[in-house]
Amino acid sequence: MSEPKPKPKVQKEAVPIPKQRPEVRKRNFDEVALGYTEEQVLAEANRCLQCPKPECVQGCPVEIDISAFIKFIRERKFDEAIKKIKEKNSLPAICGRVCPQEDQCQKFCVLGKVGDPVSIGRLEKFVADWERQRGFDVPERAPPTGKRVAVIGAGPAGLTVAADLAKLGHEVVIFEALHLPGGVLMYGIPEFRLPKSIVQAEVDYVKKLGMEVRTNFLIGRTYTIPELLKRGFDAVFIGTGAGLPQFLRIPGENFGGIYSANEFLIRVNLMKAYAFPAYDTPIRIGRHVVVIGGGNVAMDSARSALRLGAEEVCIVYRRSREELPARKEEIENAEEEGIVCKFLAAPVRFVGDEKGWVRQMECICMELGAPDESGRRRPVPVKGSEFVMDVDTVVVAIGRTPNPIIQRTTEGLEVTRWGTIVTDENGKTSIEGVYAGGDIVTGEATVISAMGAGKKAAKAIHEYLMKK
Amino acid sequence: MYKIITKMELAPKIKLIEIHAPEIAEKAQAGQFVILRVDEKGERFPLTLVDWDYQKGTITLIFLEIGVSTKKLGELESQDEILDVAGPLGNPSEIRHYGSVCVIGGGVGTISAYPIARALKEAGNKVISIIGAKSAKLLILEDEMGKISDELYISTDDGTKGQKGFVSDVLKLLIEKGHTFNLIYAIGPAVMMRAVAEVTRPYNIKTIVSLNSIMVDGVGMCGACRVTVGGETRFACVDGPEFDAHEVDFGELIKRQMMYLSEEKLALERWENRRQVCNERT
Repeated sequence: MSEPKPKPKVQKEAVPIPKQRPEVRKRNFDEVALGYTEEQVLAEANRCLQCPKPECVQGCPVEIDISAFIKFIRERKFDEAIKKIKEKNSLPAICGRVCPQEDQCQKFCVLGKVGDPVSIGRLEKFVADWERQRGFDVPERAPPTGKRVAVIGAGPAGLTVAADLAKLGHEVVIFEALHLPGGVLMYGIPEFRLPKSIVQAEVDYVKKLGMEVRTNFLIGRTYTIPELLKRGFDAVFIGTGAGLPQFLRIPGENFGGIYSANEFLIRVNLMKAYAFPAYDTPIRIGRHVVVIGGGNVAMDSARSALRLGAEEVCIVYRRSREELPARKEEIENAEEEGIVCKFLAAPVRFVGDEKGWVRQMECICMELGAPDESGRRRPVPVKGSEFVMDVDTVVVAIGRTPNPIIQRTTEGLEVTRWGTIVTDENGKTSIEGVYAGGDIVTGEATVISAMGAGKKAAKAIHEYLMKK
Repeated sequence: MYKIITKMELAPKIKLIEIHAPEIAEKAQAGQFVILRVDEKGERFPLTLVDWDYQKGTITLIFLEIGVSTKKLGELESQDEILDVAGPLGNPSEIRHYGSVCVIGGGVGTISAYPIARALKEAGNKVISIIGAKSAKLLILEDEMGKISDELYISTDDGTKGQKGFVSDVLKLLIEKGHTFNLIYAIGPAVMMRAVAEVTRPYNIKTIVSLNSIMVDGVGMCGACRVTVGGETRFACVDGPEFDAHEVDFGELIKRQMMYLSEEKLALERWENRRQVCNERT
């Protein structure tokens, strides 16, 4: 028996990430987190204990060999580090920015027991940005298999499936309904959290793996899935994401100035309404903006409204701070910028003016009762606690329901009563050769879980094609 | 990119373009629309599919130049390209043999009424059409509607052609004279569709309208096009664009259509000023 090794000296605190100052960033759309310098990235990478049996990897939906890529960073082999990441993940600059690492890889980091876990996401972001600035190396593709795959939706799930299958030598065509690929990365997540030039660069990288991207192509309308199969595609992957916005179903909800978060963010991110009238798509931001909901989409909407010139932005959430589903980091960022959170309150009706614009929102206070099916304590209205807020812009960010077009136009496709597509654990649907993954299967979730589903589906599709 | 094959002016500020878009031409059906984006800075906006030719791989659109987007589109000439055209979108009209149908087009709504009237005629219906405009010179598709209608009635607000008054007045007269209709289609400004709905309601004649709400993506994501139909919130882009006229909350629709009036005006003024500067330079 060897003697117990002396415990290595652990740096308990993570190297902080430089950020734009709140009073500056709340008026611009530039990225908030500036990223590590080389010196900082080495210091942070050196905090990693290089565990013989690393636990972090079990928290990664795409199973990146985290410990190995961090080792390369420590050795300043940034090219090797990014190559290691890209073995599993084709969109690292995106994941480094928007993955909820605190609930995934970093949650399992043993350093978390004594201090801050290693900032795995920030390390990933650094090497991805390092590579992008130098130009991408395109990995070799396997020889062509002669099999054709249609991927529906160019979001995180679809891009992952497409990248993995293209690398394996299959011919891939992505069909995207909007005018740009990227899905939620393009239309949903704002510039200050995920710059669109970075999304574009990562999408371009995926395209370089060899595939065709057909934009303005709504499957279910332009062609249906049965038609794709008839037209020579050997397999189809459905990655159409979360679709129609949910509304509150309360009086006055269709007054002017009340947006779904999807509409608000599409106008701002995809259509660049922040640059109106230089860009043609308008958006109207009042002085008092209220965002309903407590997820990341609510935070994104609130922080966008602030940057568009709102005097006051308030998030109204029916549960308490503890139940907020948004990432902690985003909540902190929002509050630093001056966004106010009003907890335990829910709107009951909107009051508008004669022109049909929203002017006031009546709310009721809530208290938390017994836990519901989600395990969170159910909010219960407090009788007689109604109060009124003056508002002139409202963003409803309470979730989305699956887009129904594919389900309505694909006979034999099994769906749940919520409209999501039924699959097995590998993404196989009720139709042979048709797979699905991401939000269209799970309901609204994260970018990385959609990518994880894409990886599994790509593997299953590959096996299916090679047996066929 | 989608190339314009032909272009012509049908009436002042009303233009027709034929665009190369083979997949859309292959799948288009009456009642559907496309979403266009003219250039990199452009809006996404819907236009009705007026005609399509599977053999040639082309679709035909007709539009009134009213805001920046339609003016930009109107500036393009034959052989120019449109950046984005997505479609066919929306649910197709339910075309079958109903018997006697009345198809009503008010103003530029005639553009959307025409393909539906044509399809209803092809399905063996007796088609009575009513088209109207503010004034005779703004009347469009008269010949086309005439060809596919068993009877065609015309009204103008100023009486310069046909009956003086509104299309809903003509419909009322026809019904009062004893015409019976199994189905009525009414497409035009929201006030006109509401007027038709009120004419047919007492007679309990099934009436369908095609709603032109504001859309952003048009593929079922944003909810900008939401309308209240039968007390429920519905989305014109995926649940429509056609709805039962007697169930639609037109008052709300009218207000929602006017939401961006001041921004639209601002954008238009800015665009026209820039155009002027460009013209002066050249």
